[in-house]
Amino acid sequence: MREVKRYFPIFVMPTLIAFLIAFVIPFLLGLFLSFTEFRTVSDAQFVGFSNYINIFSSDQTFLSSLGFTVAFALVSVVSINLFAFLLALLLTRNIFGTKLFRTVFFMPNLIGGIVLGYIWQLIINGVLYNYGYSITSDPKFGFWGLVVLMNWQMIGYMMIIYIAGLTNVRTDILEAAKVDGAGYFTTLFKVIIPSVVPSFTICLFLTITNSFKLFDQNLALTAGAPAGRTRMVALDIYETFYGSVGSEGIGQAKSVIFFLVVAAVSLTQLMLTRRKEVEN
Amino acid sequence: MPQKFKNTGIFILLIILAIIFIAPVLIVLMNSFKLRFNIATEPFVLPNSQTFTGFSNYVTGISTTSFLEAFGWSLFITVFSVLAIIIFTSMTAWYIVRIKSWFTGVLYYALVFSMIVPFQMVMFTMSKTANVLGLDNPFGIIFIYLGFGAGLATFMFTGFIKSVPVGVEEAANIDGCNPLQTFFKIVFPILKPTTITVAILNAMWIWNDYLLPYLVIGNDYKTIPIAIQYLKGGYGSIDMGAMMAMLVLSIIPVVIFYLLCQKYIIKGVAAGAVKG
Repeated sequence: MREVKRYFPIFVMPTLIAFLIAFVIPFLLGLFLSFTEFRTVSDAQFVGFSNYINIFSSDQTFLSSLGFTVAFALVSVVSINLFAFLLALLLTRNIFGTKLFRTVFFMPNLIGGIVLGYIWQLIINGVLYNYGYSITSDPKFGFWGLVVLMNWQMIGYMMIIYIAGLTNVRTDILEAAKVDGAGYFTTLFKVIIPSVVPSFTICLFLTITNSFKLFDQNLALTAGAPAGRTRMVALDIYETFYGSVGSEGIGQAKSVIFFLVVAAVSLTQLMLTRRKEVEN
Repeated sequence: MPQKFKNTGIFILLIILAIIFIAPVLIVLMNSFKLRFNIATEPFVLPNSQTFTGFSNYVTGISTTSFLEAFGWSLFITVFSVLAIIIFTSMTAWYIVRIKSWFTGVLYYALVFSMIVPFQMVMFTMSKTANVLGLDNPFGIIFIYLGFGAGLATFMFTGFIKSVPVGVEEAANIDGCNPLQTFFKIVFPILKPTTITVAILNAMWIWNDYLLPYLVIGNDYKTIPIAIQYLKGGYGSIDMGAMMAMLVLSIIPVVIFYLLCQKYIIKGVAAGAVKG
C-alpha cells in the first residue's frame, strides 16, 4: 500500500484540482464576498453584515420568493410522494403490462427542465386561452402550473424507488399477516408502509431538495411573471446577480442564506425519517 | 373472480394514466407541424389542410438556433465529462478507501458536503474563476463538470469499493502490477454496476443542464437547453412553430437513449437513490 501512496498525483490530483477550482474555491470566495460589496470580485469592499440586513429590510423580493418556494415545495412534495407511492402499489400487483407502464411513467424525468417548462407553458396557456387568460395573468396559474409540471416530472422517478422498496418487503411477514387475518389496509399500514420507510427517506430528500432548488422549469414556464410573483429563490438570486448592476453582494448573501435553508431543511428531514427507520 | 375483476379495473386506470403522461409530448409533436399562428390559439386541434406546414417549423428552428451545432456541443460535453468523471473519481475513490489518512478523510467529507450545496451558492464565483483560468470553452467545461460531479460520483464509488476485498489487489501487487495496472485490470472491472449508475445519473444531469453551461460558455457556444432558451429571445416574442419543432428535436435523442438503455437507467436510478 506504500506504493499506492506514491501514485497520489495520478489517482487524486485530477479530481482534487477540478474540485478545488469548481467548488471549494468558489464556495469559500462566495462566503467571503457575501460580506462585501463588489462588481468584479477584485474590487470587493468589506461591509460586514449589511448585505444580510438589507435582505430582510429593504429588499422585498427574497422573502416573498422564499415564501413562494416553501409553499410550492410543501404542495409538490406531498402530492408527488402520494401519487408515486400509489402508482408503485398498483404496479407491484402483477398486472399485465407493468413494465410498459413503468417505462411510460418514468419517461418525463429524462426531459430537461427548460424543455419541460415550454411544454407545459403551451398546454396551460392552451387551456387558459379559452377563458381569456394566460399563465402570467395571475400568480396562482404559475404556482399550480409549476406543481403540475413538477409532479409530471418526478412521479415516475419516485415511483421507481418505491417499487424497489415494495418488492423488497419480506414475503414471510406478508404471509404471516394474511394468516393472522389482517385485511388489505391493516397490512398496508402495519406491515408494508413501516418496511418501506427507507424509500420514504430517500424520496422525501430528493423531492424536497429538488423543489427548493428548482430553477430551469421556473425560468421557462413563467420566468417569475407576473411582476416577480412566481419567482422562486434560485431565480431570485439569479436576477439579483445578473438582472441589475450593483447588487452582487446582496445576491451572494442571499445564496448563503439559501444554502443554509436547504441544508437545514434536508438534514432535519433525514434525521426525522432515519429515526423512524431505526425504530422498525 | 373479484381479484381478477379488480385487476381489470386497475389496468384500465393505468391505461388512462399512461395516456395522460404521454399526452403533453404528443401535443407538442402535433403542434410542431402547424402554422406558428395557430399554435397558441388552438393547441389541442389537429393540423388540417389550412394549418399544416410540413417540416417548415423544423427548418426555421434548426437555422435560427443553429440546432445541429448545439447538438454537437451537447453531445461532446456530455460524453467527455461523463468519461472524465467515471475514470478520475473511481481512481480517487479507490485511493480514499485504501489509504486511510487525515487528508483522504477531509477530502471525502468535503466531497459529500458539496452534494447539498445549491448551485446558486457558487454560481457567480465559479463562472468568474472559470473565466480567469481560461476554462470558459467546451474543453475547459469538462474540467468544471468533473469538479461538480465529483461529490456524488466519489461517494457512490467509495460505497462500493468498501465491499471489495483487498486480497486480490495484494496478489496482483505481488505479481508485479503497479497500482495503476492493479486498478484498471482488477478493480475497475468489478466496479461496473456502479460505473453504469454513475454514468447514467451524470449523463442525465449534464445533457439537460442549462445554467452552468450558460454562465460558463453561453456567450460563445450553445448547448441544446441554451439554444431553446435563446429562441425565446427578448420581450416575449417567440416563434411558437420553431419552438415546438425544437422541443421535439431535443426530446428525440433522450427518448432513443432511454429506449436503448432502459434496463440500465431504471436499475441505475433505483441503485443511485439507495446510496444517495
